Amino acid sequence: MAGIDGHEPVTMTMAQALNHGLRRALERDAKTVLFGEDIGRLGGVFRVTDGLQKDFGEHRVIDAPLAESGIVGAAVGLAMRGYRPVLEMQFDGFVYPAFDQIVSQVAKLRRRTEGAISLPITIRIPYGGGIGAVEHHSESPEAYFAHTPGLRVLTPSDPQAAFDTIQQAIASDDPVIYLEPKRRYWDKGSVDASADPLDPAMAPYPWRARTLRVGSDVTIVCYGPMVRTCLEAARASGEVSIEVIDLQSLSPVDYDAIVASVERTARLVVVHEASRNAGLGAEIATRISERCFTMLEAPVTRVTGYDVPYPPNRLEEFFLPDLDRVLDGVDRVMSY
Amino acid sequence: MDDSGLGAAGVQLLTARGERVEHPDFAISLTDDELRGLLRDMTLVRRLDAEATALQRQGELGLWASCLGQEAAQVGSAHAMAASDYAFPTYREHGVSWVRGVPPLDMLAMLRGVTNGGWDPNRYRCAPSVIVIGNQALHAVGYAMGIQLDGSQDAAIGYFGDGATAQGDVNEAFVFAAVFNAPVVFLCQNNQWAISQPTGRQTRTPLFERAAGFGFPGIRVDGNDVLAVMAVTRHALARARAGEGPTLIEAFTYRMAAHTTSDDPTRYREAVELEAWRQRDPIERLRVHLANEGIVDDSFLEGLQQESETLGELVRAGVRSMPDPEPGAMFDHVYAEWHPEIEAQRDEVDAYLASFVEEGVR
Repeated sequence: MAGIDGHEPVTMTMAQALNHGLRRALERDAKTVLFGEDIGRLGGVFRVTDGLQKDFGEHRVIDAPLAESGIVGAAVGLAMRGYRPVLEMQFDGFVYPAFDQIVSQVAKLRRRTEGAISLPITIRIPYGGGIGAVEHHSESPEAYFAHTPGLRVLTPSDPQAAFDTIQQAIASDDPVIYLEPKRRYWDKGSVDASADPLDPAMAPYPWRARTLRVGSDVTIVCYGPMVRTCLEAARASGEVSIEVIDLQSLSPVDYDAIVASVERTARLVVVHEASRNAGLGAEIATRISERCFTMLEAPVTRVTGYDVPYPPNRLEEFFLPDLDRVLDGVDRVMSY
Repeated sequence: MDDSGLGAAGVQLLTARGERVEHPDFAISLTDDELRGLLRDMTLVRRLDAEATALQRQGELGLWASCLGQEAAQVGSAHAMAASDYAFPTYREHGVSWVRGVPPLDMLAMLRGVTNGGWDPNRYRCAPSVIVIGNQALHAVGYAMGIQLDGSQDAAIGYFGDGATAQGDVNEAFVFAAVFNAPVVFLCQNNQWAISQPTGRQTRTPLFERAAGFGFPGIRVDGNDVLAVMAVTRHALARARAGEGPTLIEAFTYRMAAHTTSDDPTRYREAVELEAWRQRDPIERLRVHLANEGIVDDSFLEGLQQESETLGELVRAGVRSMPDPEPGAMFDHVYAEWHPEIEAQRDEVDAYLASFVEEGVR
């Protein structure tokens, strides 16, 4: 990883970009502590925290007992003492024991104390499928958290975004659910570490959507693991010109960016891995119908996982939206 | 000597009849002023509790969770704390927040329905009362871990009841406190009832004995003996400060009132049980002791009575005149940083309400 601190962009995986982002956060603020299961000597099951305990010490990168509610509940106390905890939930399907602490305490304590207590807690959660895992290791729980007032929800889609937004999430005085698309951990990309992501003049604001590809016929809104899939679909679409928006922030959602795009394309496809019912796509479709009703050429269409428990991995290719299903959604809005 | 129903393990320094007794492991020596202060605090907390119960009956408060009978466990443990220590109470710890200096009307504001909290926790070093059972035990441990990282001599106390000991969070708090050797005291008020369920529905073993399984000491204390509670809590806090880790204190007491004003305990417990515990009243035993020792006299007690009346008047008038917040206040402090949805919805409410004004309805 030589060169990360230089001025030349460096090619690295998303996991490595997160590691560098975490390292920067630990260097920046002595009150930042990492707390999670197996994050120390092992470096996390995905190696995102690799080497950090060695370099920053056991008091900064703390291996936790195997209890997710305990990790989040203790982080509330750490934050009340002035710390800035960055937590790792080992997998999406293991965050639920901590759901009570997240929803009842992390999300509400600032409001309860009328601003006297801030909880600058970042909860990192590897999420999503596509890696051939066993049950509870492929889930997309973002809607639960996006539905909860008091939380912010971020998800990066490439190494540069991961490097920038993990630092922005940690620096935020609000609690952030930080969803890491685990099937993209090993995707490589160029990371320019010379810009300080905490300087608004130098880095994109994390709560804004990013338009990753400009098009004129259809807007695709996606995030996290589906961004690469949708970009590949857009490139493969032939005659149809597809605009691809990476939401990046799932709470709040940058509706202005979507509206601005749909005002030009008049067609919207929302893509996510998560189940369809009451998912992010439902909310986005409603907002766009409220704000763009008369200009739409077709109903907003969703391409999502199905309303079933995440299937055994021999079936996940049928559950997960892929390039063909995204293009099928595009065909539906084009032929309406 | 032991007339508390505790069994042999309960630490006692003041019998139910107000006799001062010694314990081989726990001693306490307080000045007359400190002793009078304990009586004063317990008496005023009981008055606050009675006023709040009455205000709920009058429809002025939405709910009240009485601490009647538990004054010694709360006041005694809170008096053991240093100013820089941090308390993590539940919704019943009015005696704790009182001793921490929280103004009584701030304690009542949540029950009045004008806020979800009521006071600045950092000002009094007393967290907002937690309603979800057991959550705060972990907050106390995390806070104590922060103390440890700071290298400070502070300590934290996590309060909870017998019912909460069945919760995962409390057991996880025990694990985390033990493995990190956190400077925290777990103060469990075993008030014998979790709404309608006796402690036997939560545990097959005495609660203080559970600590041994987690790797730290547990002590049962007569929770209606303010001197014993204070002595035991001081001991536990000293252990925490000395780097010796957590302690579980089981303050053996009794919930003399209903679970809350919405509860009807006559459906599940016998009046005879209540009467037996009335004989062990925490305030009366201290009053008898202090009177016998000549530490309080009639003039002190009359002054305390007058102070109670003044507190009652302040609480009644203060609650009734507590202003409702503006509708837009619900959008305040949800986030620390700018959030477009919250701002848009705040504007939506303002515009909606303004539309009635324009139409002459309001």
